Amino acid sequence: MRTATVAVPRASMIDDDVVLTVTGLNVDLRTPKGVLRAVNDVSFEALSGRTLALLGESGCGKSMTAKALAGLLDPVADVTGGTVVLGGTDLAALTAKERLAYAGPELGIVFQDALTALNPVYTVGTQLGEAFRIHEGLSAKAAKVKAIELMGRVGIPEPESRVDSFPHQFSGGMRQRILIAMAVALNPRLLIADEPTTALDVTVQAQIMKLLRDLRTDSHMAVVLITHDLALVAEEADTVAVMYAGNVVETGPVKEVFGAPHHPYTRGLLDSVPADVGRGQDLTSIAGSPPELHRIPDGCVYQSRCPLVQDICRAVRPALEPDGAQRAVACHFSEELAHV
Amino acid sequence: MSDTTPPVPLLEVRELTKNFHVPGRGNNVLCALDKITLQVGRGETLGLVGESGCGKSTLARTLLMLERPDGGSIRFDGTDPFALTGKDLLAWRRRVQMVFQDPFASLNARMTAGEIISEPWSTHTTLYPSKKAREGRLRELLQIVGLRPSDAGKSPQEFSGGQRQRIGIARALALDPDVIVLDEPVSALDLSVQAQVLNLLNDLQHRLGVAYIFISHDLSVVRHVADRVAVMYLGRIIETGTTEQVFDRPRHPYTAALMSASPRLDVSDTTPRNRIVLEGEMPSPLDPPSGCRFRTRCWKAQDICATDAPPATGSTDNPEHIAECHFPLLPIPVTDLFARRS
Repeated sequence: MRTATVAVPRASMIDDDVVLTVTGLNVDLRTPKGVLRAVNDVSFEALSGRTLALLGESGCGKSMTAKALAGLLDPVADVTGGTVVLGGTDLAALTAKERLAYAGPELGIVFQDALTALNPVYTVGTQLGEAFRIHEGLSAKAAKVKAIELMGRVGIPEPESRVDSFPHQFSGGMRQRILIAMAVALNPRLLIADEPTTALDVTVQAQIMKLLRDLRTDSHMAVVLITHDLALVAEEADTVAVMYAGNVVETGPVKEVFGAPHHPYTRGLLDSVPADVGRGQDLTSIAGSPPELHRIPDGCVYQSRCPLVQDICRAVRPALEPDGAQRAVACHFSEELAHV
Repeated sequence: MSDTTPPVPLLEVRELTKNFHVPGRGNNVLCALDKITLQVGRGETLGLVGESGCGKSTLARTLLMLERPDGGSIRFDGTDPFALTGKDLLAWRRRVQMVFQDPFASLNARMTAGEIISEPWSTHTTLYPSKKAREGRLRELLQIVGLRPSDAGKSPQEFSGGQRQRIGIARALALDPDVIVLDEPVSALDLSVQAQVLNLLNDLQHRLGVAYIFISHDLSVVRHVADRVAVMYLGRIIETGTTEQVFDRPRHPYTAALMSASPRLDVSDTTPRNRIVLEGEMPSPLDPPSGCRFRTRCWKAQDICATDAPPATGSTDNPEHIAECHFPLLPIPVTDLFARRS
């Protein structure tokens, strides 16, 4: 079994190792309206000790991508193409059992809503200890000791007395810490955080993001942060992949992409943020709303809202092409946008 | 407007208090609003900022007379709405309207957009008495909020989130109110759509002169829309002033922490940010700390903060910039503040 080797902290690991490589990932949904493509040809890499942000609005496929990586897709959703290589192993090639044994310890996921993600009828200690019982074969007693240790590690005060409490007895921020503790219990190489702070107040968000940063630094995890919050991406992520209607439309280092966006959608998003615009002045908004999945047009996915749209955009979908050393963009007119 | 005579505020709230009785153990009085004092002028936007449980929605509900306060007074255009009855009360209710947070839950799925927007007129029958007047006004309202007249026959589920919020805004405008309370009006919307709705609200205020009480947890949104800001913590307004005063030179440590905690988009600013990360979470409103309510999380707290509730004091250069703190921060730009803390 592979599990015997993965639980030790990877002290030897260094930053900037490729931990996760996603290539050409497709996810299809079987719906009454037919088979819909929710995630289309999505590719990205996540590096150890770094944060990659998947950024997009609701329905863009970012959470579906995360669920596909974690093997948690709904029964109506199928991965129909692409490879997901985590630490050198293609997850798609594993059976369900092998996947559990391998990816369980290697990949942790934190969900948005901690109250629904936790089981209300088990104590947090039981839920935190589960990973150790299953993957390390520890006894319930030994697992509880580990659970207390973990609770301390994620900053829950008085873990010894809190370990036997139930999820509803914790505040929102503390529940999110418990969820994070579960995700990092076995020192995963990859942590997926799906809108981890969206349900939290801003001062608590700051605490949780600091915890994630500290954990990432300590254990050299790769973090995939899924969010719709541009400012959070600007502060927390090293690289960003901007998603729209199931496709990655632009990707690269956050500083470069946000500093000078080369896709009109990225530009539109940045302009929509009420930041530096004077009070009372109009924001530059993006006209219309994203297409529904069964109405995604041929050609460019962004054509219906794009100010630069031309005939070629309606006919040919632009591929995600390299754009400089570290960036890639899917737009026929990215050159023009780059020089505006 | 001359500087010598301050305009009479449209809405004046003094020492408004609201307690809830919670059945169960221990101290069962929850003080949701503790002596709230604020003013809103005509055509002005007051931003109400604070974290969940701070009392901002209770304040909104009390201003709409959906809750009866336990103390203090509300003066709307000089009259106390809680003293009104019958026709006078109905006439008052027309003038204060609300837009809700969730555009999916706040519209009746069994009614058409047109029915939703026109429904208030069946209570306030004198406003647009004839069928013709109502039809004309409905068309006008749809147009004002950026929908098509033909949209009147559609049901809410045929619209996107942004369009639904436009319907909610049209419904609030149907009675030609003087004040609209907006409770997190854009937080359920995607960023690109949020900008459209914010632009619409801004445009409507210019055209109609309506005042907004804008409740939001999103500081960048509040900064964009508000003329003045009130920051709430555990049922109290702990700081108030113009948007520039509160955002750029916060005096209360909690305000500073709130500003510091909200992420910033600016990637060109490469100076490392030393954030104020507050410890802990907001205490239970059932058992608020003695003295200053923020002292349990405050890095400046001294003995006096536990014994004496801090008085509301104006800043030396701006008496209108009020904070409740024994040790208010110096009026320094917020960027310096970040640089000095670790």
